[in-house]
Amino acid sequence: MSESVLMKGNEALAEAAIRAGCRYYFGYPITPQNEISEYMARRLGEVGGVFVQAESEVSAINMVYGAAGAGGRVMISSSSPGISLMQEAISYIAGAELPCVIVNMCRGGPGLGGIQPSQADYFQATKGGGHGDYRLIVLGPATIQEGCDLMATAFEMADRYRNPVMILGDGMIGQMMEPVVFPEPLDLTKLPPKPWATSGNEGRKKNLISSIYLDPEELDAHNWRLEEKYRKIRENEVRYEILHGDDAEWFFVAYGTVARICTAVMQKLRRQGIKVGLIRPISLWPFPDEAFEKVIDRAKGFLTVEMSTGQMVEDVRLAVDGRRPVYFYGRTGGAVPTPRSVERRLREMMDGKVPSQTDYFDRVGGAAR
Amino acid sequence: MIPVYTRPKSLTDVVSHYCPGCTHGIAHRLVAETIDELGIQGRTVGVASVGCSVFAYNYFDVDFQQAAHGRAPAVATGIKRVRPDAIVFTYQGDGDLASIGMAEIVHAAARGENITVIFINNAIYGMTGGQMAPTTLVGQKTTTSPFGRDPRNQGYPVKISELLATVKGAYYVARFSLHDPANIQRAKQGIKKAFQYQMEGKGFSLVELLSTCSTNWGMTPLNALKWLEENMVPEYPLGEFKTGEVS
Repeated sequence: MSESVLMKGNEALAEAAIRAGCRYYFGYPITPQNEISEYMARRLGEVGGVFVQAESEVSAINMVYGAAGAGGRVMISSSSPGISLMQEAISYIAGAELPCVIVNMCRGGPGLGGIQPSQADYFQATKGGGHGDYRLIVLGPATIQEGCDLMATAFEMADRYRNPVMILGDGMIGQMMEPVVFPEPLDLTKLPPKPWATSGNEGRKKNLISSIYLDPEELDAHNWRLEEKYRKIRENEVRYEILHGDDAEWFFVAYGTVARICTAVMQKLRRQGIKVGLIRPISLWPFPDEAFEKVIDRAKGFLTVEMSTGQMVEDVRLAVDGRRPVYFYGRTGGAVPTPRSVERRLREMMDGKVPSQTDYFDRVGGAAR
Repeated sequence: MIPVYTRPKSLTDVVSHYCPGCTHGIAHRLVAETIDELGIQGRTVGVASVGCSVFAYNYFDVDFQQAAHGRAPAVATGIKRVRPDAIVFTYQGDGDLASIGMAEIVHAAARGENITVIFINNAIYGMTGGQMAPTTLVGQKTTTSPFGRDPRNQGYPVKISELLATVKGAYYVARFSLHDPANIQRAKQGIKKAFQYQMEGKGFSLVELLSTCSTNWGMTPLNALKWLEENMVPEYPLGEFKTGEVS
C-alpha cells in the first residue's frame, strides 16, 4: 500500500507498530495517548495478536517483561506519569536484555501536571529513569510519517541489541492529524529466531530471563558487558538531520514537533538572507554529538528550543563543549513555543542582547518573552 | 533393586540455599512431581518472585523468568498470552503476593488468567530477615513488630484464599499445609489439580501452602511445624475454597 491516508498520530503509530510485526500490546488508560490503546484493542485481534488492558502501568510493563521474555514482539505506550510508574520494570527489562518498544506521548509535569504537549521527560528517557546503569535507545520523531517509519527501526533495533527502545513523542504529535504512507507489513516468518526465549525447554537446556547477580564480580561483569553493548549503539545508531549545514552560521537545535516550529522560523529568516540552520537530533540517545562537529567551525552560536525548562540543552552543551555559545528558549506545561517568540529569541542571540548566566550558556524562557 | 523415591526429573541436582527445615524444599518437590506426572516439563515456564524463592529457577529444570517484587502474575500473564500452550506458574511468598503484589494477583484472578499460582504463606518476610508480613498473626513477634502484631497499629492478617475465592475469574483456590505427611499429600493433590485445570484451560488457579520459617521464627524445624499447626492452621483454615464456575 503506497497511498497516503490522513490519520491521527497515535493511531498511525499503532498501525505502524502492527505493520512492524507488533503482536502484543499492554496498556493502561492515560491522556494524551489513549488512541494507541484503543486502536490496538480494535485491530490486534484481526492479525492474531493480543491486547490486554492491565490494572496499572506497573502491571502493564511487567506483562511486557513476560511477553518479551517469552519471545513476543511487544509494545507498550503511555504518557509521562504512566511512564514514571514503569521505570522499575524498564530497568529490569534493560537488565535482563529484553526487546520491546515503549512509546511515551509526553505531557506536562511534574506530578500530575497537565495533558498538553511537553518534552520534559527528556532526562527520564535518555539518562536512565529507573535504577542502575542502563540505557534506552530513544527516538524523537518530528512528523507522524517519521514516527511510522521509525517504528520498524525501533522493533528491529530492540531485537538486534536486545534492549528496550523508546519513541519519545509529545501530546502534539499524538493528537494531530497528518497524511501518512504506511510501509508494507513485515513478513513475520523472516524475523530472526529468539533461542533465548522462555518457550518451554523441550529438547534443549532451560532458558532463564533474569537481572539478578548477587555476586559483585558477576554484576560488575554484567554491567560492563551491557556498557559494551551501549558503546556499539553509540557508534552505530546515531540519527540526526542537519538543515543548511553548508552555509548556516546560527543554528537551532530542536527535536520532535518543536523542530518543525524552528524549521518554519528558519525558512522565514533565510528568505531574509539570514544564514540560519537547524540540527535536529532524531536519536536522543545516543545523542548525535557528531552533528555539531560538522558545523562547529562555521557556527557562531546554537539556540536550543525545547518544551521544557532546559533538558536536551545540557547534551548540546556537552557536544559543543564550550567552543561556541549555547542559548536556550523553552516553554513548559503544555505551552508551545510560537514562531514569533522563537524568532525573537534567535535575533536577540544574534544581536548579543541575551542576558547570560555564563559567557556561553543561559536559560531564559517563559511567556513574557 | 527398584528405587521407590527419587529426585523428580523436573528438579535440578544441586544443593539448595534454603535453610535447614524450611518447607520450600517440600513445596518445590510437590510442584516438580506434578510437572513430571503430567508430562509437561518441556512446556512449563516458571516465574520466580522476590523473596527466598527468588532462586527457584536454580531448582526447577524448566524455563524461568525472574519477576520484579510482586509482579509475577503480570509477568506470567505476558508469557501465557504469547505462549498459550505453555504451562505457566508463579511461585510467590506472602510479602511478594499479599503485600506489594496485591493488585497483580487480584487482577490476574479477575481476568481469569489461565495460570497457576503457588503461594507460600509463612507469615513473615524470610529473605530480608524476618519482618512483619500482611499474613503475620496477631501477637506474632517479628523484627518490625517486636512487641507482637497489634491490630490497633498494624491491622489484621490478610486471608488471600478467602479473598480470591470471591473473584469470579478464579477457577480453583485452595489452602493446604505442609506441617505433616498427610497434609503434604493433600497439598500435592491440590497442586496437581491446579495444573490440570490450567491444562484444561479452565482459568486462574491458586494454591496457598502454609509453610514454616524456622530461622526467622526463631524455632527448631520441629517446633516450627508444631507452631504452624497450632497457630496458623486455626487462623488460616485449610480446604478448597473454590472450584469451578468460570465459563
